[in-house]
Amino acid sequence: MPKLMTSRRSLLKGAAAGGLLTASPLVARFASAQSSAPIKIGFQQHATGIGAAYGRWYGRTTDAAVKAINEAGGINGRPVEIIAEDDGTDPKRGAEVVEKFANQHGTDVAFGTLFSHVVYGSAPAAGEQKMPYFVVSEGHHVASGKLNRYTLQPGITDVKSQVQAMAPYVSENLGKKVTMIFPDFAFGHDHRDFFTAAIEAQGGEVLEHIAIPPTETSFTKYFPKIPRDTEVLYHVMVGPAVLTFVKELGEFFGPSSPEIFGFIDSLEAVDLSSPGLEFLEGTYFWEGNPRYAQADQTSFDKNFRAAVGVDENGASVSDPADVSTYAHMFGCWETLHVIKAGMEAADYQGPQDRQKLIEAVEAMSDMAESDAHPQGPKVFNGKTHQVFGKQYISRVEGGKLLRVHATSIEDTLYPDEVDYTTMTF
Amino acid sequence: MEFGPHLLLATLEGAVGAAVLALTALGLSLVFGVMRVVNVAHGEFYMLGAVVAWFVASTLGSAPATGFVAALLIAPVCAAVVAMAADRLVLKRLHYDPEATIVATIGILYIMQQTALMGFGPEARPVAPPFNTRIALPWVEWGENGLALFYPWGLSTTSYKLFVIAAAAAILIGFALFLSRSRFGLIMRATQLDRETALAFGIPVERVYSLVFGLGAALAAFAAVLIVPIQQAHYLMGADPLLLSFIVVIIGGLGSLRGTVVAALLIGMSDGIISVFFSPTLAKILATLLVALVLVFRPQGLYGKKRA
Amino acid sequence: MSLSARSIALHMSLIAILFILCFTLSDYHQGNLARILVLATYAIGYNVLFGYTGLLSLGHAMFFAAGLYGLGLPMHLAGLAPLPAFVIGVLCAALLSALVALLALRTIGVAFMIVTLMFAQCVFLSILYFGTWTRGDEGFVIPQAARQIMGLDLTDPTTRYLAALLLFSTALLITARIMQQRFGHVLIAVRENEERTQMLGYDVFRHKFLAVVISGSISGAAGAAYGLLFGYVGATFASVQYSIFPLLWVLLGGAGTTIGPLVGAVFMFYLIDYSSGFTNAYMLIAGVALVLLVLFARSGIMGEIRKRWVPWLP
Repeated sequence: MPKLMTSRRSLLKGAAAGGLLTASPLVARFASAQSSAPIKIGFQQHATGIGAAYGRWYGRTTDAAVKAINEAGGINGRPVEIIAEDDGTDPKRGAEVVEKFANQHGTDVAFGTLFSHVVYGSAPAAGEQKMPYFVVSEGHHVASGKLNRYTLQPGITDVKSQVQAMAPYVSENLGKKVTMIFPDFAFGHDHRDFFTAAIEAQGGEVLEHIAIPPTETSFTKYFPKIPRDTEVLYHVMVGPAVLTFVKELGEFFGPSSPEIFGFIDSLEAVDLSSPGLEFLEGTYFWEGNPRYAQADQTSFDKNFRAAVGVDENGASVSDPADVSTYAHMFGCWETLHVIKAGMEAADYQGPQDRQKLIEAVEAMSDMAESDAHPQGPKVFNGKTHQVFGKQYISRVEGGKLLRVHATSIEDTLYPDEVDYTTMTF
Repeated sequence: MEFGPHLLLATLEGAVGAAVLALTALGLSLVFGVMRVVNVAHGEFYMLGAVVAWFVASTLGSAPATGFVAALLIAPVCAAVVAMAADRLVLKRLHYDPEATIVATIGILYIMQQTALMGFGPEARPVAPPFNTRIALPWVEWGENGLALFYPWGLSTTSYKLFVIAAAAAILIGFALFLSRSRFGLIMRATQLDRETALAFGIPVERVYSLVFGLGAALAAFAAVLIVPIQQAHYLMGADPLLLSFIVVIIGGLGSLRGTVVAALLIGMSDGIISVFFSPTLAKILATLLVALVLVFRPQGLYGKKRA
Repeated sequence: MSLSARSIALHMSLIAILFILCFTLSDYHQGNLARILVLATYAIGYNVLFGYTGLLSLGHAMFFAAGLYGLGLPMHLAGLAPLPAFVIGVLCAALLSALVALLALRTIGVAFMIVTLMFAQCVFLSILYFGTWTRGDEGFVIPQAARQIMGLDLTDPTTRYLAALLLFSTALLITARIMQQRFGHVLIAVRENEERTQMLGYDVFRHKFLAVVISGSISGAAGAAYGLLFGYVGATFASVQYSIFPLLWVLLGGAGTTIGPLVGAVFMFYLIDYSSGFTNAYMLIAGVALVLLVLFARSGIMGEIRKRWVPWLP
C-alpha cells in the first residue's frame, strides 16, 4: 500500500522519539551551533486532491533532501525539521496552511507548492505573514511580478523559459507548422502564448490552438480540429486524464501521424509501458530532468536517485510500476539546498532574520551542477526571484526516453518583467 | 478534417459516452425512483468499480481478457456489497429522509474517496482492454468517377469502443426485460409506485430498498469496468459521472427507463456533436446551458408525468 | 422576555463575544475565525434559501464567485477602489441571482438542484473561457497596497477580523429581522406547504424570487469580502465543491436557525484543521463525522439544541 512518507503523524512519532535523539551521536554534530533547536520548514504538500500524485513524490524527495542535509551537519549547525501540512491542492486551504505555519507551527520558512493556483492563493498570506515562501511550481507567476517579495522560485525553472527554449529545436528538427493542444486554463494559456511567440520568432507558425476544458475525460472528438498540413503536434496536458489523452491521440492518428512533441507533464507519473502507449515510439518530449538514467549520467544524478529511492527507469526502487514525477521533483531537493545556502549566507538565527534570508537568496546567481543541483547548472535572477537552467528534449526509443538535446541556459532567458528587490518588505 | 467525417467521429465518440452514461444513470435512477434517495455517493460506486477492476486485472495479470472478464463479474458484486452495507448501517436508520440522506451520502463519498486514496494511491492506473483493434472508417465522396469510398485521416474507432456500446445496449435491454417480466421487477415497480400499499401487500420494503441500492451501485460499477480500459481508474473519477447521471435522471423523467436512455443519448451525443461546431470550452458551456434550459422549460423531464 | 427580545439579546451577545474574541484569541485562531466569519456569511446567505424557504440549490458558488469577480476584476483590471468594487460585486451577485431565479424557479425539488448546479457549472466554465481577463483557474492576486479603505489596512489581522465581523453581523441581523417579519413567515410557509400558501393568496413566486435574490446577494457579499480581505480571486471558488460547502455547514449547524451557519462553519473548519494535524486521512474523519452527525443529530447542532432544550431559539 502506497503511503505518504512525510505525514504529520510520522513526524509526531519522530518528535516523540526526540528523547532518544539526544542520546545519539547526531546531536554532538549539531551541538556547536548557538541554538540546537531545529530549523523548521513548513512543507505545503498536495497530499490529497488533484495534485496528490505529484505531492507524494514531492514528499519523498523532500524527506530525502532533509536527510541528506542533516547528515551533512544541518543548517548553521542546526538540524532541519519538516512540518508537512496537506493543502488538498486547494488555494483557500493553501492560504490557511501558510497562516498555520506562521502562527501555529512557527516555521522559519514555507516551501514546496506545485500547482499554480495554490501558489496564487497562498502568496498573499505569505506576504502578510512575512513568511519566506519557496515554491516549486514551474509556473510563471513569480517571474511575472504578480506576487510579492516573500515568494521565490529558486529550485525549478518557469514555464515561459521552458517553452521558449523548445522552439528552436522544434522548428529546426521537427517542422515549422505546429498545432498545439493544451488544457484550457492558465498553465495551458502560458504554453499557448509563449510557444506561439517563440516559434514565430523562429520563422514557424501555429496553425491551430486547441484548448481542452479541464473537466474533460475523453478527447478524440477534439482531434479532428487538427489541420491536415500540421507538421508537428505540440501537446501538454495535466491531471488524471493524461493517459487517456495520449492513448486516444495514438488511436486517432493510427499509422500516419505528424511529428509529435509533448511536455512530459502529459505523462508524469505514468509508466511508458502502459497499454496503448506503443505509438509514442519515436515521438519527442520536453523533460525537466531525464526520467531514464542516460549513458552519460553524472554522479550527481546517480546520488540523487539513490537518495530518493528511484531506479534508472525513474520508478520507485521498491515498486517498478510506481513511476516518479522525475521532471519536477528535483525542484524540492534543489530548493531545500538553496534554503540551506541562503540561511548560511545570512547567518540565519530565527524568524527575525527572514528578511536577511530573502536578501541572501536574492544575492545568489550561479549555481554549479553538484550534489545540491543534480538537474544541472543554474543561474538565479535575484530581481525576478526566478531560477534559470538547462532544458532537455528526449525521444522515445525502445520504450525509454533518450535525451537528444539539451538547451543552453541562454536559450531560456527572457527580459526581466519585475524587480522584486525594489519592493519593501 | 472535413465536416462529414468529423461529425461521424463525434457521433461515435458521443455514443460511447452515452452508453456508459446510460448504465450509470440507470443505477441512480433506480435508487432515486424506488427509494427517493438522492445518492450523492453514486459516483464513488462507479470509482469503486474501476478500482476493483484494476486490482482484479493486475492480480490475475496474465491475459488481459481473463482479467477483464473477471473484473466484469467481481467489481459489480463488490460495489453492491458495499452499497448494501451502507444502506443497512446508515440509510435505513435515517428512514430514507431526503435531506438526511444527502448529508449521509456526502459523508460516504468522503469515506470512499479517502479509502481509495490510501489503498489505491493518487495515480491514474490503466487496465488493458481485452481486445483493441483500430478500425479506420471509410467516407464517401463525389469524385470524378461518381461516388467513391476513401479513408479520411483520423476517422477511426476501436473494436473495444464498439464493444462498449454493444455491451451497454445488451445490459439495458436485459434490464428492461428484468423490470417488466421478473417477479422482483414487479415488486420494485410496485414499491416505486406506492410504498405504503406495497407494505400493506406484504412486500418487505426494507429488503427491497437494500437490494435496489445494491443493484444501483452494481450498475455504476459495471459501467466503470467497461470504461476503465479507455479511461483509467483514479480516486477522483466519480465526480463527473455523478453530475452527468443526475442530469440524465432528471432530464429523462423520474423513474422512466426509456427517459433515462433517451436522455443519456441526448447528453452524450450533444456533448460530442456541439464540439464539432465550437471551441471545446465554449461547446461545454453551450451543452450545459442547453440541458439546463430543457429542464427549465420542461421541468418534469422528457418522459416524466407532470406531478401536482 | 418576548421572543423577539430574546432573539435580539442572543444575537447581540453573540456579536459581543465575537468582538471580544478578536482581542483574546491567538494570532492563528484570530486569522481562522476571520476567514470563518466570511464563510459563515456565505452560509447565512445559503440558509435564507435552503433553511427557510426550503429550496435546495447546488449552485451557490456562482453567486459567491459573482461577488468575488465582481469585486476582483474592476480592481485588477481598472484599479478601482475597494468600496465601489465591493458594491459592484454585490450588484453582480444580485443581478445573477435575479436571472437564475427567473429561470430556475420554474422547476422544483431535484430539478431545481440540477438546474442551479448546471448554471453554476456554466459560470465556472465561463471564468475559464475568459481566461485572458480572469486568468482562469490560477486566478489573480489583489495586492496588499490596493486593499485599503479610507486609511484602514484590511490586511492587518485585527482590522481584517473586525471587517469580517461587520459583514457577518450585518448579514446575521438582516436575516434575523427578515425572518421575524411577515415576509419571512411566508417563506417558512412556502417551505412547509407551498400549495397551501398559494391558496391563502400569497404570491409564492414573488416570495421565492426575492428569497433567491437576497440569498444570492448575501453570498455575493461574502465572495466580494473574501477577495478583498484575503487578496485572492480564482476559479476554484466557482467549482462544485464550493456549492456543496454551504449546504454542509448549514445542515451541520442547523438549517433554519440563525446562528446554525456559523456553528456549522466553525465545526467543519476545526474538524479538518485538527484532524489534519495527526493524520492525512482527515477526509475520512470528516466523512465519518458527517455520517454520525446525521445519524444522531439529524437537525444539525443548533437544530437539536432547539428541539431538545431551547425551543425559542431563532
